[in-house]
Amino acid sequence: MTTLIELLLGGLSMGAVYALIALGFVVIFKATEVVNFAHASLLLAGGYVTAVLHDDLGFWFALAVGIAGAAVVGAAVEFFVMRRYRGSDHSVLAIVTIGVDILLVTELTRRIGTRVLSPGDPWGDKVVTFGAVSMAQTRIAALLAAALLITAFLLAFRYTSWGVAMRAAAENPQTAALMGVRLGRVSLSAWAVAGALAAVAALFLTVFPTPGLERATSLAALKAFPAAILGGLDSTTGALAGGLIVGVIESLATGYQSDLSFLGRGIGDLAPYLVMVVVLLIRPAGLFGTKEPARV
Amino acid sequence: MSETSASPPSAAALEVRGLSVGYGPVRALREVSLDVPAGAVVAVLGGNGAGKSTLLRAISRTLGYHRGAVTAGTVSYGGRDLHGAGAARAVAAGIVQVPEGRQVFARMTVADNLRAGALGATGGRTATRAALAHVHELFPVLADRARQHAGLLSGGEQQMLALGRALMSGPKLLMLDEPSLGLAPLMAARIAETIQQINATGTSVLLVEQNAALALRLASTAYVLDVGEVALHGPAAELAASDEVRRRYLGVVDETAAEDADRARTAAPTLSRWTA
Repeated sequence: MTTLIELLLGGLSMGAVYALIALGFVVIFKATEVVNFAHASLLLAGGYVTAVLHDDLGFWFALAVGIAGAAVVGAAVEFFVMRRYRGSDHSVLAIVTIGVDILLVTELTRRIGTRVLSPGDPWGDKVVTFGAVSMAQTRIAALLAAALLITAFLLAFRYTSWGVAMRAAAENPQTAALMGVRLGRVSLSAWAVAGALAAVAALFLTVFPTPGLERATSLAALKAFPAAILGGLDSTTGALAGGLIVGVIESLATGYQSDLSFLGRGIGDLAPYLVMVVVLLIRPAGLFGTKEPARV
Repeated sequence: MSETSASPPSAAALEVRGLSVGYGPVRALREVSLDVPAGAVVAVLGGNGAGKSTLLRAISRTLGYHRGAVTAGTVSYGGRDLHGAGAARAVAAGIVQVPEGRQVFARMTVADNLRAGALGATGGRTATRAALAHVHELFPVLADRARQHAGLLSGGEQQMLALGRALMSGPKLLMLDEPSLGLAPLMAARIAETIQQINATGTSVLLVEQNAALALRLASTAYVLDVGEVALHGPAAELAASDEVRRRYLGVVDETAAEDADRARTAAPTLSRWTA
């Protein structure tokens, strides 16, 4: 029982981090209808800036710079690359993002090399114990930070003018333009927000029990893809649900791996994708996705 | 219009001169010139593909979204050339278009649709609040249904929402693309009445309509577009009385037209094999 609770809590915490990544992914898709394969590289960029600067600037300031840095990288990708292809087919744009991803990841892995960079967080490997259940402080911090950010984001999306502009542009860009919405700014802000959320996620992907930021960190970010897709690519609620589902399932599958030995080892890594396939078989648009995202 | 212009928004004149528009190699408009004087209602008539919507897109600067471009001519508003301006600049200048088919944001609430209409406004919070009060006064149903999703409204209510949304930024020139399309006659009459009310507050209206009878009743001046060119223009009353307009757009069957129809009927072969 204790194991189950620990696994569930750990899963929720990881899931919240995946939800942060998936949320950025969904925001870009909603605002521009582009599937952003460069998302993992934005995350790596944010994590790298934080990890490199924390010795000189202190952790919190370095984190702020990392978040701002990833937002700037995201905005720069939109401004200098995606904008040049405006009007192109969405599948062409998706392939362009793959190119951007390759460029950014290559440069970042060259800089990181074989090192494992510590994010320099104040939590370290301290563990909090409630009765029989114990949980790493980093996991609690991840859960709280992600919950806070996601709530703030959803409130902004619902109530601010920025949110109204975002939703209007997502639903019908031409009509939004007729209302005076500047679509370029909407798409720029989507990329910046996605970058900032990814930088926060990068922090929590590299803290204890993970050794730190390394080349493979961007692979961990890929788990947010099944999260976004199974939730429904154009739904913020879906990103949230998808992230939590992937986190919990991964945690349970890894924790009970020995009981699932007939499936072979490493089922934890595979489980999110299996769930995604099953969900898509039943609901092709994802759990919360719009049935027919294509416009006539 | 009975009591014209208590004129809060000072309307300016729209001038279109020698405008040509192409979609790639396809020419949609050829040397079109048109005027909307301050405070007037001007109607543009014409069949499908005559270039009516293209004309509105050229004025609202949204041709780019349809892969069209102005190849010659100018559009100016209040003496200022709109050349090179984006859609947002046109809205800031006071030109707002209500798109064909209403195009409300179906997944957003009625209240959020109205907020979206105010996004391009330059007047600030107090102006937006006043605009909202004005819209609720014109269309009380939008206040009643504020929290409902716009997709759940009836066609007539959606047209009211589309009109209300456009009024949120306090436009000086309102462009309407087929506002009566797909509406029941009673609702079309209600929309027409509202257009008169909006115009009475000093807002100029450029009205594109297939329902020529309705358009000519509302407008003071009218233009007839035919295959991208201005075929006729003049005072609405004069056009309404002209034989060509009556026959082609008002559905008035005069004797020659009836003869034409008879001839067509007798000339058409009977498809006995297929109708048997």
